[in-house]
Amino acid sequence: MGEYKGVMTFAEQEDGKIHPVSYELLGKGRDIADKLGVKLSCVLLGFQMKNEVNELIYHGADKIFFYDHPSLKEFDTIRYKQNIVNLVKEEKPEIFLLGATHLGRSLGPRIAVAVKTGLTADCIDLKVDEEGNLIQIRPAFSGNILAHIKTKTRPQMSTVRYKVMEKRERDPTRKGEIIMKDAEVVENSGTNILKKEKAGEVNITEADIIVSGGRGLKKPDDFKILHELADLLGGVVGSSRPLVDEGWIGREHQVGFSGNTVKPKLYFACGISGSSQHLAGMRDSDIIVAINTDPSAPIFKVADYGIVGDLYEVVPKLVDVIGKNKNKVLS
Amino acid sequence: MIHNSGEAANERPNIIVLLKQVPDIEEVKFDTEKGTLDRSSAKAEPNPFDLNALEAGVQIKEKLGGTITVVSMGPPQAESALRDALARGADRAILLTDKKFGGADTLATSYTLASAIKKLGNFDLIICGEKTVDGDTGQVGPEVAEHLGIPHVAYVSEIKKCDKEGFVTVSQMGEYRYLTELKSFGLITVTKDINEPRLPSLRDKLKARKSEIEIWSVDDLTNGADRNKFGIMGSPTSVYKITIPSVEGRRGKIFRGTPDEATKKFVEELEKILKV
Repeated sequence: MGEYKGVMTFAEQEDGKIHPVSYELLGKGRDIADKLGVKLSCVLLGFQMKNEVNELIYHGADKIFFYDHPSLKEFDTIRYKQNIVNLVKEEKPEIFLLGATHLGRSLGPRIAVAVKTGLTADCIDLKVDEEGNLIQIRPAFSGNILAHIKTKTRPQMSTVRYKVMEKRERDPTRKGEIIMKDAEVVENSGTNILKKEKAGEVNITEADIIVSGGRGLKKPDDFKILHELADLLGGVVGSSRPLVDEGWIGREHQVGFSGNTVKPKLYFACGISGSSQHLAGMRDSDIIVAINTDPSAPIFKVADYGIVGDLYEVVPKLVDVIGKNKNKVLS
Repeated sequence: MIHNSGEAANERPNIIVLLKQVPDIEEVKFDTEKGTLDRSSAKAEPNPFDLNALEAGVQIKEKLGGTITVVSMGPPQAESALRDALARGADRAILLTDKKFGGADTLATSYTLASAIKKLGNFDLIICGEKTVDGDTGQVGPEVAEHLGIPHVAYVSEIKKCDKEGFVTVSQMGEYRYLTELKSFGLITVTKDINEPRLPSLRDKLKARKSEIEIWSVDDLTNGADRNKFGIMGSPTSVYKITIPSVEGRRGKIFRGTPDEATKKFVEELEKILKV
């Protein structure tokens, strides 16, 4: 295990633009590398994205391994895996981190199997113990418990949840090394992207303000009450699982364990009792506001502000009061 | 479609569905003092995402014919999840059960499942749920694909086309929706959007009750597989501590009274916090 040294992160890109989780990984990776007294490197695969490479250095990387090749422009699991596996075998990092995005969670497992190591999914914190082992902390059982996990093989691999780690402030004076790598070209990867289009739906995971409804709503039409509040605040509408299952609103609005994990600045839970399934998807919100008629509803236990009352009375009242004071409230 | 022996296509595809029995996540009780969970507090059910995987398989079979084999790893009680799968349209069910499979992380689990798939041979498509509700890693599917050296497409929300040429899937990754062709055999993981699993009929349930569930142990897999890679022995990751997430730091201010009063007080607070 002694021959494995350094921290390496994967930089995810789409259309030549680096996904913000990549900078968060560098932020956390930098802390760990400093604690261990080792270098922080980063691997990027793409095509013609020279300027973006420097950004990775400005955000904390010491060394970038850049695979610049047309076959790597679009994400292809097998092509990406093959090149990263080659690099990991050459460089032998002791820690390798990816974002727990769709892409990271599709790619990470294949790399882990290929280099015969363990992979811990969806970590929300990473620490280092006295012996320099990585402690990977992840929610389990709908976020009811936190599991602290260690890996006995190297590299220690984790996917890390988006919007949990802090990225470092961009420092354009930071210096680092860019190593251009020759890509291994996999001719036939078994899959072929025929078309790619913007999903176009509300991207609830990116929203700063979310107004969610639950079983307290009486009919599908009543989502418009929540829309009014969301529109006023410049937010989007979310939903708990039962209403999505009933077909009242699209799954892209679903907040919770089997839906989307969100971390907005402000989260309104209207008529949501707060099942563990729902809490798992929103408990990391900055400020949680609960509106519910039942004062013993579990949602109040995680709320910063709770209003005991009927959403049909409270929400229109909120729209009214916030509307009148809009400049004051949203200054 | 070309199956894994590289020979000409199976006109009627052999489909493998991976399925796990899980505790009903809403019912599991936790001892917040000790940080342990009581699995016996909840009834077991098939992982909901795996039912979507099975339904996807059944729909392909309805179109093209072929067979569906369900493979599960778990304790002997997981037999009930497999009976459920048979009632829902699977033709054959295999339960990988052995104390030596116990304590497996995703690497060992995927190795075990892949070893069973290799033993089965001749398949065209493997379908899994995107994740399980208890483990919530979403890793086992792609890991099985890597062990087998076959391509995979994750987070499939629709199968646009399936015929003897292959499959065309719709999957969402980040802000984009991808239309991806799976040229020969491979593995897909499916989301809840792909379908609405049908409920089994009473007749099928009764029939499934009498069907055979094949039980495979370590000895059934070791021809070609390394027994050190099963279970806890083959698991590089381990949980060494469990903690309960703190809800500290929440302000916990509850407003009561008439909606007028409560709302007014809350908006005053909101003004303060949003200004900071």
